[in-house]
Amino acid sequence: MAERIKIKKGLQIPLLGHAEETLRGTITSEFVKICPEDYQGITPKPAVKPGDVVKAGSPLFYDKNHIEMLFASPVSGEVVAVDRGEKRRILNITVKADMVNQYVDFGKKKVTSLSADEVKAAIIEAGIWWIIKQRPYDIVANPEKTPRDIFVTGFNSAPLAPSFDYILNGQEDDLQAGFDALAKLTTGKVYLGISPDIINKGLRYAKGVEVTEFIGVHPVGNVGVQINKLKPVNIGETVWTLSALDVVIIGHLFNKGIVDMTRTVALTGSEVKKTGYYKMLIGTELTSIFENNVTEGISLRYISGNVLTGRKIEKNGVLRAYDSQITVIPEGDDVHELIGWASLSPNRYSASNMYLRLKKAYRMDARILGGPRGIIVSNEYDKVFPMDIFPEQLIKATIAFNIDKMEALGIYEVAPEDFALCEFVDTSKLEIQRIIRAGLDLLRKEVE
Amino acid sequence: MKALRNYLDKIKPNFLEGGKLHWAHSTFDAIETFLYVPNSTSKSGVHIHDARDSKRTMIVVVLALIPALLVGMYNVGLQHYLAIGQAEAVDGLAKFLYGLLAVLPQIVVAYGVGLGIEFVVAQVKKEEVAEGFLVSGILIPMIMPIDTPLWMLALATAFAVVFAKEVFGGTGYNIFNVALIARAFLFFSYPSKMSGDQVWVRTADTFGVGGGTVVDGYSGATPLSQLVTADSGNFADFTFTGVTGQPLSIIEMFIGLIPGSIGETSLAAILLGALILIVTGVASWKIMFSIFAGGFATVAVINLFAANLVMEMPAYYHFLLGGFAFGAVFMATDPVTAARTETGKWIYGLLIGFLAIVIRVFNPGFPEGMMLAILFMNAFAPLIDLYIVDANIKRRMKRGIAAKTLTNGGKGNE
Repeated sequence: MAERIKIKKGLQIPLLGHAEETLRGTITSEFVKICPEDYQGITPKPAVKPGDVVKAGSPLFYDKNHIEMLFASPVSGEVVAVDRGEKRRILNITVKADMVNQYVDFGKKKVTSLSADEVKAAIIEAGIWWIIKQRPYDIVANPEKTPRDIFVTGFNSAPLAPSFDYILNGQEDDLQAGFDALAKLTTGKVYLGISPDIINKGLRYAKGVEVTEFIGVHPVGNVGVQINKLKPVNIGETVWTLSALDVVIIGHLFNKGIVDMTRTVALTGSEVKKTGYYKMLIGTELTSIFENNVTEGISLRYISGNVLTGRKIEKNGVLRAYDSQITVIPEGDDVHELIGWASLSPNRYSASNMYLRLKKAYRMDARILGGPRGIIVSNEYDKVFPMDIFPEQLIKATIAFNIDKMEALGIYEVAPEDFALCEFVDTSKLEIQRIIRAGLDLLRKEVE
Repeated sequence: MKALRNYLDKIKPNFLEGGKLHWAHSTFDAIETFLYVPNSTSKSGVHIHDARDSKRTMIVVVLALIPALLVGMYNVGLQHYLAIGQAEAVDGLAKFLYGLLAVLPQIVVAYGVGLGIEFVVAQVKKEEVAEGFLVSGILIPMIMPIDTPLWMLALATAFAVVFAKEVFGGTGYNIFNVALIARAFLFFSYPSKMSGDQVWVRTADTFGVGGGTVVDGYSGATPLSQLVTADSGNFADFTFTGVTGQPLSIIEMFIGLIPGSIGETSLAAILLGALILIVTGVASWKIMFSIFAGGFATVAVINLFAANLVMEMPAYYHFLLGGFAFGAVFMATDPVTAARTETGKWIYGLLIGFLAIVIRVFNPGFPEGMMLAILFMNAFAPLIDLYIVDANIKRRMKRGIAAKTLTNGGKGNE
């Protein structure tokens, strides 16, 4: 029986457009794009040039500071473009996909008979090390360090998030192999957080990991919250974090000897006509699932990920590296709402009692619904921030970039995603996740 | 409505960078966002936002102030007609209209001066106009005596907005409650116009309405000052009297039919406002509750050692009279100047309650202790928070040291 931890703070935003649990098919696209900006804390250097032929698992680029850290192509085919932006930063690498995916064979391995270094080398060589992130800084884990513990979250509590039970169904073997691999990488423990709803045996009865059941509303599924409740990160310590969905990719590598970056993706959001799940590779263009399947006549926002932490993409954008969800909501830039501050409209949602709170799912658009102000209202962030940290004080210290204070207030324990709900409820409409991201990056530069 | 939107879109380019009316951009922006929700969408971070914004928040506070303001207006009229001996002759509506005529110019002046400064500052700083003054602008007249000259009101408002708010960086950055600074400014600069028994009831006519001569035996002293100036005796034998010497019942005090600042007299209306603030979650019930609790406890202790009338007065009179309730509900709960941590709010509130009563009881020079108590605690709120946050920091450091000791095999920090 797993230990249970109850979390009281948080907020489940009642958003319209949950994905129906039906597999609607497998999506492929002619071109597959990988965007290095998805991977935090690395400096990408291309390992290929246009015209090169790659297989699924061949490196497309590597990190300038850890040249052994490779980033694998999800697909086989011919590299057609390396697009660069300002300061020659790589924006994306495009591969023209083969009709049938060819995989690099890394050889099947029995995890339990490998040493820690062998496991690490195998994951790095296969170009999927990016799956593992680290705290502090919420960046791709530094492979030179040994983490105190590894934390895996076995569910997602974000608005309209996909069901891990549904996605992981039938992947229990890969999941367990992945956990076995992770257990080799730390001298501490591998912790797995699950929700009470999880019935998947691969999660609930995972072996070699410490399973904890977390009860509550979002952000209960955020690994940062789970760490804070189980064993907080202290100054000088490093822990690694990942999602159970990514553990499967690691397990698959050892069980089958190939890199399979196929994701089961939930298509969600109020503007999707037929929601459901699709199988696709990371980097697949999404045009075909939007075709004739979204509201017409209004301006729309397409998001890879969820509405809180996802990335805005174009209609012909691609599935981003860490995401298993696509959301489509109204953009709202074509709406002019008269005297909104006096509105009694039942369509406006607020976590506060300043508007009527109805028991219904809301259709919300991307408008900010106000202008930026100084922080005025107190106890607003605290209500949705279930960590033993003062969010407002930490945000203020980060804005001022007072390193001593940031450290003292717990900057090493947090990731931008932990502040997503604070940003949602914020009366002052500050870009809190951007502030925290910038603060973490600057801090890493100063401290390391 | 479409025509209005089209008109705004048409004139908008004039106010943008390079337009000939760019110097009024902040003003245009304030009016446009007042009329229409801005259609700007999120560029980074979360893709959806809570419908609550600064405008909504401030409007809710203004709404919560309306009951106290309306009762206050009626009371201004009532006290006036009592003073000139025509209370029986005119009906309730006429009393209210007199009060409206008397109070409205004060509100107009406070808003005009304050918002004027806010608009100019916003333009200079190239920021949006903050809504904070929507609340301050109505609070300022409500805590002043009705006979405060308009020029004084304008001066106090300007002083408070500039020196209590803008120099610190505007709404959200000020240390002291802006409205209370306006009152304190007048209280110390023009004491004769801010206290005594001549300022709380308007005896003259307003714009020619309600002319008459003051009746014999008229006294405009507020109940609190009556108590302070009374000869010694038992509180049980003491009666508070109205402007014509009639005894005041507790019901009259509760509804607010007594001389005093415009918004502060009616406990009933203030409690209604408190209900609105608490239900909508705009103001902290913890602060309100702890102020009353702190006040109650302090009075209870003082009652034990009572040596004069004021010390004998039971707690509920303290809450009924003067600005105690108004301060607790509308002034001390200003989130910017109050303690910002939840534990801190309890301490902050308790100390305000304590200080307000202590000043009232032991300093006959200041029958109204609430203003000073809140301003004093505004200054200490950051210190309270510092200690609360410091406890969290120490806990984190301890945890870190304990973890280190553990990994060193119990050898401690080497």
